[in-house]
Amino acid sequence: MISLRLVYLARLREAFEISGETLEIPAESPTVGDVVALLRERGAPWSYELAEGRAVRVAVNHEMAGLHTSLRTHDELAFFPPVTGG
Amino acid sequence: MTVCVRVQQEDFDVGAEVTALREGDGRVGAVAVFVGMVRDVSEETNIVAMTLEHYPGMTEKSLIRIIEEAQRRFAILGATVIHRVGTLRPLDQIVLIAVKSEHRGEAFDACRFIIDYLKTEAPFWKQEVTPDGTRWVNARVSDDAARSRWES
Repeated sequence: MISLRLVYLARLREAFEISGETLEIPAESPTVGDVVALLRERGAPWSYELAEGRAVRVAVNHEMAGLHTSLRTHDELAFFPPVTGG
Repeated sequence: MTVCVRVQQEDFDVGAEVTALREGDGRVGAVAVFVGMVRDVSEETNIVAMTLEHYPGMTEKSLIRIIEEAQRRFAILGATVIHRVGTLRPLDQIVLIAVKSEHRGEAFDACRFIIDYLKTEAPFWKQEVTPDGTRWVNARVSDDAARSRWES
């Protein structure tokens, strides 16, 4: 069992109506993909916003990451749409 | 190498930032500056205001990494990047990129490189307020194209 800090930004924060949460996940070294699968099981809006093909980016501990990135306890995992600054 | 990165709600003074960037540095023969502003029309809709959100903690690291990459590619002597967050109105300044170097070519190239990368990598998001309500700005394909120019 590991504990992760999840952060939701911009459109995803509005859709989920929370800016973040602590998630306990029953695995030793889960991947970002494992977390996404777990969140999708919650149903809408999670399943919709995190569906395959949706434009969602992921950062682990402030570094851009992918579905295969593995996670350790206390990692910060952020979900957000493609960036639009500048 | 002088690196200055700021994420702030307040406006910035372009002249003062350029002066600070090159102050006391006799090697500098050129400073290139890019300033991004809020327009009053976007996709044929009037813009009342714009709210800029970022990811505190990641944003500054991301901007510093982009400047370091610019330094690796171009012979520059320093750079300042300031990006505003919060609520902005049409005509307001959003972002400043200022780069100093010995000669103009490197300053121009690095300035464009930094804004092109900022637009596709730095964790900022714009939400527009229009007369019909608010909407998140979608990422633009042309921004990805501008960035990929640097990858060939």
